[in-house]
Parts: sequence; C-alpha cells; structure tokens
Amino acid sequence: MTQQAQDQSPVGETPLGVEIRGVTKRFPGVIANHDVNISIRPATVHALIGENGAGKSTLMKILYGVQKADEGTIEINGQPVHFGSPSDAIKAGIGMVFQHFMLADNLTVLENVTLGAEKLFGIGDAARREIIRISDAYGFGLDPDVLLEDLGVGARQRVEILKVLYRGARFIILDEPTAVLVPQEVDALFENLRELRASGHTLLFISHKLDEVRAIADDITVMRRGTTVGEADPKTVTKKQLAELMVGSELPSPQTEESTVTDQVMLDMQGITLVDSRGRELLSNINLRIHKGEVLGIAGVEGNGQAELVESIMGMRDASGTITLGGKDIAEWGTRERREAGIGFIPEDRHHHGLLLDAPLWENRILGHQTLPPSSKGGLIDRAGAKADTERIVRDYDVRTPTIFTHARALSGGNQQKLIVGREMSGDPVLLIAAHPTRGVDVGAQAAIWDHIKRARREGLAVLLISADLDELIGLSDRIEVILRGQLVGEFDPQTATPQDLGAAMTGGKDSAA
Amino acid sequence: MSTTTATASVSTSTGNSRALRYLLLVAVVVGVISMVRVLTGAHEITSSGSLRAALSATVPILMAALGGLWSERAGVVNIGLEGQMLLGTWGAAFGAYHLGPYQGILLGIAFGALGGLLHALATVTFGVDHIVSGVALNVIALGLTTFLAEAFFTNLNSQFGRGGPRQLTGLQNPDMITIPGISDAAVWLNNTHWFLLGDLGGLVAALTTRISVITVVAFALVVLTAWVLWRTTFGLRLRSCGENPQAAESLGVNVIRHKYAAVVASGAFAGLGGAYLALVSSPGFVVNQTGGRGYIGLAAMIFGNWRPAGVLMGSGLFGYTDSLRLRDPSTVHALLLLLAIGLGALAIMRVRKGQMRAGLIIGAFAALFVLWFALTDSVPREFTSMTPYVLTLLVLAFASQRLRMPKADGQIYRKGSAG
Amino acid sequence: MNPVALVRKLGQAVLAPAIALAVALLVTSLIIMMSGASVSDFLGVLLQAPSNRNWVNIINQASMLFLAALAASIGFRMNLFNIGVEGQYTLASYAAALVAGMALMPGKFNAVLAIIVAMAVGGIWAGIAGVLKVTRGVSEVISTIMLNAIAITMVGYLMNTYGSQYGQGRRTTPLSSDAMFAGWTPFESRDGALWTLALIAVVAGVVISYLINRTRFGFDLRATGMNEAAAVASGVNVKRMVVISMILSGAIAGLIWMPALFGSAGYYGPPFQRGLGFAGIAVALLGRNRPLGIAFGAALFAWLNEQANPLGLLAGISPSSVQITQGVVVLAVVIAYEVVRRWSAAREQKALRASLDAAAAAAKANQEVSA
Repeated sequence: MTQQAQDQSPVGETPLGVEIRGVTKRFPGVIANHDVNISIRPATVHALIGENGAGKSTLMKILYGVQKADEGTIEINGQPVHFGSPSDAIKAGIGMVFQHFMLADNLTVLENVTLGAEKLFGIGDAARREIIRISDAYGFGLDPDVLLEDLGVGARQRVEILKVLYRGARFIILDEPTAVLVPQEVDALFENLRELRASGHTLLFISHKLDEVRAIADDITVMRRGTTVGEADPKTVTKKQLAELMVGSELPSPQTEESTVTDQVMLDMQGITLVDSRGRELLSNINLRIHKGEVLGIAGVEGNGQAELVESIMGMRDASGTITLGGKDIAEWGTRERREAGIGFIPEDRHHHGLLLDAPLWENRILGHQTLPPSSKGGLIDRAGAKADTERIVRDYDVRTPTIFTHARALSGGNQQKLIVGREMSGDPVLLIAAHPTRGVDVGAQAAIWDHIKRARREGLAVLLISADLDELIGLSDRIEVILRGQLVGEFDPQTATPQDLGAAMTGGKDSAA
Repeated sequence: MSTTTATASVSTSTGNSRALRYLLLVAVVVGVISMVRVLTGAHEITSSGSLRAALSATVPILMAALGGLWSERAGVVNIGLEGQMLLGTWGAAFGAYHLGPYQGILLGIAFGALGGLLHALATVTFGVDHIVSGVALNVIALGLTTFLAEAFFTNLNSQFGRGGPRQLTGLQNPDMITIPGISDAAVWLNNTHWFLLGDLGGLVAALTTRISVITVVAFALVVLTAWVLWRTTFGLRLRSCGENPQAAESLGVNVIRHKYAAVVASGAFAGLGGAYLALVSSPGFVVNQTGGRGYIGLAAMIFGNWRPAGVLMGSGLFGYTDSLRLRDPSTVHALLLLLAIGLGALAIMRVRKGQMRAGLIIGAFAALFVLWFALTDSVPREFTSMTPYVLTLLVLAFASQRLRMPKADGQIYRKGSAG
Repeated sequence: MNPVALVRKLGQAVLAPAIALAVALLVTSLIIMMSGASVSDFLGVLLQAPSNRNWVNIINQASMLFLAALAASIGFRMNLFNIGVEGQYTLASYAAALVAGMALMPGKFNAVLAIIVAMAVGGIWAGIAGVLKVTRGVSEVISTIMLNAIAITMVGYLMNTYGSQYGQGRRTTPLSSDAMFAGWTPFESRDGALWTLALIAVVAGVVISYLINRTRFGFDLRATGMNEAAAVASGVNVKRMVVISMILSGAIAGLIWMPALFGSAGYYGPPFQRGLGFAGIAVALLGRNRPLGIAFGAALFAWLNEQANPLGLLAGISPSSVQITQGVVVLAVVIAYEVVRRWSAAREQKALRASLDAAAAAAKANQEVSA
C-alpha cells in the first residue's frame, strides 16, 4: 500500500516545509497572537497544542489566508508568502480541514468535493475518477455518488481531507480533528495521516488531547496565551511536562474537601434507553444515581450520548426506562414540570438553548423560570421582581454589563455564561445539570463558577456535571462515570483516578504509551 | 480497501430500481383512471378537450413552480411569485399591444425579473425576512399593475387590442402549433373511448393540437432547469448556496451573486407565466388575473420535492384540477370515485405500515367520498373551483414525510459567517 | 430606563417609519410622473385637509385595520405567518351576520352573541392551519393562503344557495334596527357616525398587549418567536403554543368587520368590505407587530385610503396608486429597521467593549500603582 501511495505522490514536487516567525495579530481589545515561532519540517506530522483560547485558531486562520498577520513572516520552503484570501493559500498548496465540517448533507461526495474547484476536473466522470483515485490511494473508502447525510462522522472527515487533497494540497492543517471521533475512527484517521506523510504531505495537527498528540506527532509545539512557549519531542516528553507547558504551572490537584455527599438519592435513572429515528441506540440502558450534596461528573469524548442524556433528564427527549426525582416518578412530566420541580439547566450551547439574544438581561432571567417566583406571580410576569433579581445575579455572579436592560447579545460569552449560572442556581434547585459550564469562559470566571457550584453542593444540591475538561471533572466531582457510545462504561474516584485512566476509558480502553 | 466499487454499483442499482418503481406507480395510476372512466362513462375525464384545458391551466402553475424551485434551491423563499406573475401579465400586455406578441413575452419576462430583483435586494442584501418581503412585493405588484393598467390601457383601441381601465383584450397571440397527421389520429383514438388507448389518444391530442409556442418553451425550460442545476458548475454552486452557504463561501463561491441570479431567474419564470396568462390562456389582460397561481405553484414545487420532474408532475396535477372549474359537473362527479379509490389505497398502505390511526382516518375519508359519489350526481360549481386549493392542502398534509427541502432554505445569509 | 435612552429609543422607533413613508411617497410620485400624470396634483389631493366626513371614515376604517393587524401580529410574534386573516374574517363575518339575523337574543345582546360566534369561527379556521403545522409540518404560509380561497369560495356558495335575493346580489337576514348600534355623530349627521363597536379595537389592543407583555403565556409566546430551541429548553410546549396562537390570531381576525356590521351594514352581502385581511398584514409589518406601532400604521393606511378616493375624479389618477405607496412603505420600513438594527447593535457592542477596556485599563493602572 505504501509503495502504491508513493507512486501516487505528487511527482517531482518537493514536500513543503513552513517557517512561521514572529507572527503577531491584534483584535480590538485582545491580542490573539504575539511573537509566534514555529518550524514545521517537510513531510512530518507537526502537532500544535494549547488550551482553548491559546491562540491556535487565529494562527490557523492566518496560515489559511482568512486573516492577515499584523507582524511577522511566513515562509514556505524558504520563500516568503502573503495570503490575501483562502484562494491564495490553496494555490500555494495549503489545505485546511475545519473542526466544524463545511459539508452540504443533501449533496453527494462528488458535489461537495468539486464545489468551488470545478475547473480542476469538471463535475462529471473525470472528477469521479480523480476522487476514486485519491480515495484508493489513501484508503478512504469513499464513494463519490453517496449523499453526505448517509455518511458517519469519520467518513465525513475523510471527505474534508479528500477535498483538500483534490485541490492539490501538500500542507494540510487539521483543526481538532479528533474532537468528534470515537476511538476506532481516531485510529483510522491516524492511519490515513501516516499514509499522507509517507507520500510527502506535511501535516499540522492542532489539538489539546495529549495522548493522541504523542501517538501521531513527529514534533510538538506548545502555545499558551497567544504565543509559542516551547517545543517537545514526542518520543521523550511526558504528559505531565506537556500539560505543564500548556497550563504554565503545576496541574491543580483535586482539593480534598470534606465530603458533602448524603445518602438521600435525588436523581435515580434506571434502564434509560433512547433510540433515534433510524433505530440506532443513542443511550443504552443507563443506570445513574445522584445523591443530595453530590457532584457526579460524566466524562467522555463529545458525541457519545452526553447531549442525549441531558435532554432525557430535562424531558426534551422521550426515553424509555424509569426516572425519579426526589422519589417522585417524573417520566411522564414535561420540561416545564421538571423545571418547576427544581431542576436547573446550564446548557452546553448557551446561544441555542440558554438565551434570548435580542432580549434584555432581565427578560433572560425569566427564561426557564417563567412560572416561578420571583419572575412570576399568578399567571403574570412579575417585572419588578425579575428586574430586582437580575440585579442580584449581576452582583453576586460578577456579570459585567452596563445595565440589566442590555441585550444578551452584547455580552461576552463568559458574562453570558455567568448570567446563566446565576439564573439556574437561583430558586434553590434540587438538581443542577451543568453541561460544559465553563466552556469559553475566562479563568477568573471559571474559578468563580466552580466556587458557586461547590457552595451549592455544601448546601445539598445534587449536580450532574458534564465536561470535556478533565481538570474540571477531577476538581469538582465526587464521583466520575465515563460514557462511551451511549453506555456508562466505568466509575472512577477523582481522588485516585489519573487523566490516563480516564482517557483510556473514554477512548475504549486503549493503552497509551507511558 | 476497495469498497468503492462495491458501493458504487449498489448506489446505481438503487437509482435504477427507484426509477422503475416510479414508472410502475405512474402506470398503475393511469390504469386506475382509465378504469374509472370506462366504468362511470365520464369520458370527459381524459378527452382531448379536457386535457387541452388542463395543459393550458398547467403552464402558468408550472412556470411559478419552476421559478420557486430556482429561488429555493439557492435558499431564498419566494412568496412574491404571485406579484411577479402579475407584473408579467401587465408587461406582456403592454408589449403585445405596442410591439407584438413575442416582444410582449420578452417584456413580461423582464417585468417579472424586475420583481425578482427587488425581492433579492430586500432579502439578500438587506437581510429582510423572506416571507415579509414576498408579501410586501405582492401588495406593491397588485397596486402597481392596477395603477399602470388604468394609466396606460384605458384609452387604447385599435386592431392590436381594446383597452379599458382594468383590462386590455383582443391582443395578438403568439403562434400555435398543430402537428396535422398525429393530431387527427390522436383525436380519433380518443373518441373510441377504449381502455388506456383512448386516454393515450387524448394526451397526445392535447400535446399536438394548437399548442402555444410558450407551452413548448415551458416544457423545454423544465429540461433546461434540470440540466443547468444538476450538470453545470453554475448549477452546483447555486444549489450549494441553498444547502450550506457557509460551506460554499469557504470554498470560494460567491454566494450573494448566485442568490441574486436565482431570484431574478425566479421572477423571470413567473413573468413568463404571467405572459402566458395574458396572451394565451385568457382573452387578454385583466387586473389581478393570477388568481393564486403563484401560491399553487409553490405547492406544486413542494409536491415535486424541489426537483424538476416532480415539479412537472405536480403542476400537471394542479393544472388539471384548476381546469375542472370549466368542466361539466358530471365529470367532476366521476372524479369523486377516483379520489375515493386513491384515498382507499393510501389508507391500506398506512395500515400495512402499522399506522392504524392514520389509516383509519384516511379510510373514513375514502368512505365519505364514496358515499358522496353514490348519493349525488353532480358537484356544485363552487366546490369544483375549490379543488386546487383543497388538493394543495391534502397533498401538503399527507406527502410531507418524504420531502427534502434545501437545507438552508429561508435562512438569512450574512457574508463572513463562515469559519 | 433613563430619559436620554428613552428619547433615543423613541427616536429610533419613529425614524424608520418616517424614512419609509418619505421613500414610499417618493417612489409613488416617480411612477406617477412616468405615467404622465401630475405629481403635484397627486400630492395635492393626498395631502389636502380631510373633511369632517373624511375623519369619521378614517377612524372607522382605522379601527378595522387595527383589528386585522393585531390578528396578524399575534402570529408574527411567534414567527407564524398567518396570511389567512382574510379568509378567517370573511367566514367569521358571514357566520356572525347569519346568527345575528336570526335574532336569537333581545336587541343589542345579539351583538354579544355574534361576536362570540365570530371569534369562534375565526379561531377554528385559523386553528386548522395550526394543527396541520404541528401534526404534519405543513407550512402555515401556504395552508392559510389555501384556506383563504376555500373560505371565500365556501361563503360564496352558501350565499348563493341560502342567501336571500337582494337587488343584484344576495344577503343574509338583516338585523332588526334595535340590534344595531347608533354610534356617535360628532359633527353633522350627514358626516356620518363613528361606529360604537370600533371601541372593540381599543379593548382588543389593550387586552392583547397585556397578554403578550405581562403574562406567562405572553412570555412563552415571545420566547418561542425569538428562539424556539431556548423556549423548548425553558419548558415551553411549542406545539401547543403554535395551535393556541393561531386560534387566538383567528379569533381576533373574526372581530375585524364587527364594527361595520353593527354600525352600518346590518347584514352580510354587498356591503361587505374585502381586502381588510391583506391590508392588516401590511399594517402589522409596518407597526413591527407592536400595538402602538400598529395603531399608527392603521391610522396611516386609513388616511391614505380615504384621501385616495377622490384621486380619480380630481386628478385623473387611479386610487390604486396609493396601494403602491402602502406596499413600498412596508418594504421600506422593514429594510430601514434592519439597517437601523444592525447599526445600533454594532454601536452597542463597540460601547460595551470600550467600557470594558476602560475598566481593564483602570484596573491595570491600579495594580501598577499598588505594585
């Protein structure tokens, strides 16, 4: 296979090496990148790691021509390049595979691949042949005439990669490619990447998953707060060293507080199963118990059933099985009744599920609680009550806003999230469902939100915490369960579990090196 | 890993079997219609006269439906088709009187396209909600054509037409085509009233006897639409704008330009439909003569699942029911039986799929129609004029499951929302 | 809200419609000029002071337009396009006139019964579209348009079959004179009377406004219109909301012609005023679905219609030119609002960022000082 791939490699074209020197980029109010220096050797897999907000996305956009750097140079094989648009980057041989796929479900693979590049091979049989050629060369297994919506996530990603290869990319940037993949798909992807490297392509792999990075990368560069802070050799560096480079200091160790877990069960789910319209099981026989004063953390790769679990508890989806809240059977209850019974919900996607962006903050305070005081009295909305309580939340949760009449849209993500946390923790909930509660939130706000959750836990709140941030899970949870493909596959004690153990369970029990 | 060839052959064979099933369905439907005709003796159902009237009613609906397809495939909902068709009626009448029938057609198309341009401006550039813009456009178009008719048609009187404040009749028509030998043979075949062959004769007669040039163009446009949208670069890019404009933008497609092109084309199609109304199917221009065909066209588009072949079938169906208004009430009466049979078949299909409640409801309706057929011998005229609207509702209510709307249809698109 | 912000907000609210009206008159004038007629004649007739009789007509018409727009606006707030107001009020008016003509109740109580019947019929007819939407996913835009045609045809059939002959047309049994409302004649009797039941418009406006802004139901309705996913997460039963909103919208639509029925017509037949449904939709869009805006819009449209009547006689221009103005006003106001919204959203964000940057700089300065 490798021999065949080498025969297919761009004949006579040398692999691309990229030098990034001193790149700086400013936006109003924030410096996204400053003094970024990276050397990417030709025909290697180079990993760029860093936390959310480290500046990786901005750098990528500069490399791909979506943004222009304010300072610094980019050289490809020694020649300086300036990109005014993605087309310039594409012409120079750069291709980008976005984290959020840019694919049209109702179009075929062929149509998605040829869109915008119809001049290369047309949109008929010649294009079809080229797609099959690339697919066979790297083992993608893609049929040009299949509709995108019939493809799973792993196959869609391969379509994205095929898109860039079709346009002659020799330097491929992959943005968090494994974020939505299950373990087998990750393995398959890495196989593909190795094939690509063997045939002379250069790959820039952006991630914050340390295990994977060590498994596939030839070189590692670490970014933090907008700049490059170090390089590492994947063969010798340890995860702890990498993590410390990323975070900048010692990892937070789980604080040993006194346990507040009581023996009263608040949420009890037995045999919960959810089947989608095609008959696939999104949740399989989930058995879950959360006690008063307990934080149960759910760890797992995104897309393994977390969203479905949350929606089932909230009554937004119809699952089979039994579910009780404080002893009462709530299986037949709608979302409103469950909320009135005291379930608070911090949604994963705040814009989608948590806010009315074009409404003032005090009306957003009412959202989700419109049948409860202080927002409502009788069948009416208590405007004075809602406004007063919004002032309180703004104070207690440090929501930065000029007034409570500001539209939610104008607030930053972090402040929006603080408002939502404040809202959901008001009214003495008995169960709080927190899905990625500190996503997109700055470090200070994150610590504040954690403190609020811990305080409420001391007062007897039961919390279901879903997060992709292992530090958050370990730091907050009393117990951790791992979800994989809709099933709970393992329980861990945060005091003793290591990120390796959790990572292994989340990815299906595969062993990771050292 | 060469699963590619295996999957490729699977997909083409499903494609073939799907086309086969379609043909089988059409054959069964035609057979049932013919049988009902022979049993009830209502030969008017598929007489060449009836089918010619149906064809005449189909063309404007088809143009509206095609217009809607072009626009929605690019992601813009065009409720303003009705108004654009109105503009086409006025433009065609004005052009036919002052210049000639073919110039009238062109002017009708141009006026419709202008309406489309206004809709594109409002929705694509200014981000106005598509429905709101369409509704406003319809109001403007009605007012404008009414006003322009009174301003320009009132005092016209010559061999080119006779005008009044609200109409312009006696206009020159575009040419009509008759294929002599085939036409006569088909009419003869139709008059034999034989099972299946008689119906075929009626259809061929309708297609070859005094068929307007615009009708021929209309059918050609269906084929052209299918070819352009599915086999050219422009068409692929246009469709991508309606499926995922952010993805299209990220690949270098000029989404705004394609949306504009699609909506202007959409208006042009509606304008052509209007020209047909004013110059072919009516004695001339009359104020507000579109009668809801713009909306029925949209229903035909949905029925046709946003594909040209389906749109053609849907338009034919709605055109046929629209032409019923002019038919003998006993013909319509016979169609009650046909409707009952159709509903009965639908009910049986639902029951077989296990949907007992839906099957029972539909079955009850089928029984009601059988009763209606048995207990009366004619249908009141007002009811027949309601048929296209009731049919639209029924079709939309029962056919919504297999529909695949363009994914980004109706979305307000903002440039730069990619990545 | 502080007074400066309030004035600015009012200004923004009035600015867009004012610009839109100016643009609409300009466009209409251009078209009139191109048709060879005199623009000064047009504007002269349009802008002349209304006579007392005109004023009476304007107020009466405005009340009906207001009801029509109110009905449409209830749907619009939920992102439901109830284009079926026309058919709903046609059917409701027929049913109400039929029942009132039967004189089942003594004197003016017939009006109460008729109003109840009208709201029920209008509500049910609109409810059909709502049910089709939630059970079968049928777009309410097309279904309401189809229901319009069906309703109008059905009433025509019923009139032809069961109506009594009256001159050239047909009508339902007329109301007895004690069932009619005399109205209030503010000027000479020849100037006409303001319909008593025009007050329904005011009552409906207040009630609906209160319902939407102050009740939980209203909050749910507005939330669903703003962000359906968030509404679902907040516990709203969207399907139920859709059906209830459509029924409410149709019920208000049923009221549209009641002032005329009990104030001047006395039966359903030739005096029935068509087109109010579609005009109401335009007024709702013009008034941005807010009762106050709708009131101004209804007054504007009524004024335009009334002033346009003598255009044919006095200036030789078709009164339908005013329809162009109305259509353009709607389109222009929607565009103007969009432009204003984008501009003010950008300003709000810039101001916010500036204030946050300033706060951050101040904090940093403090740190440096204390360090």
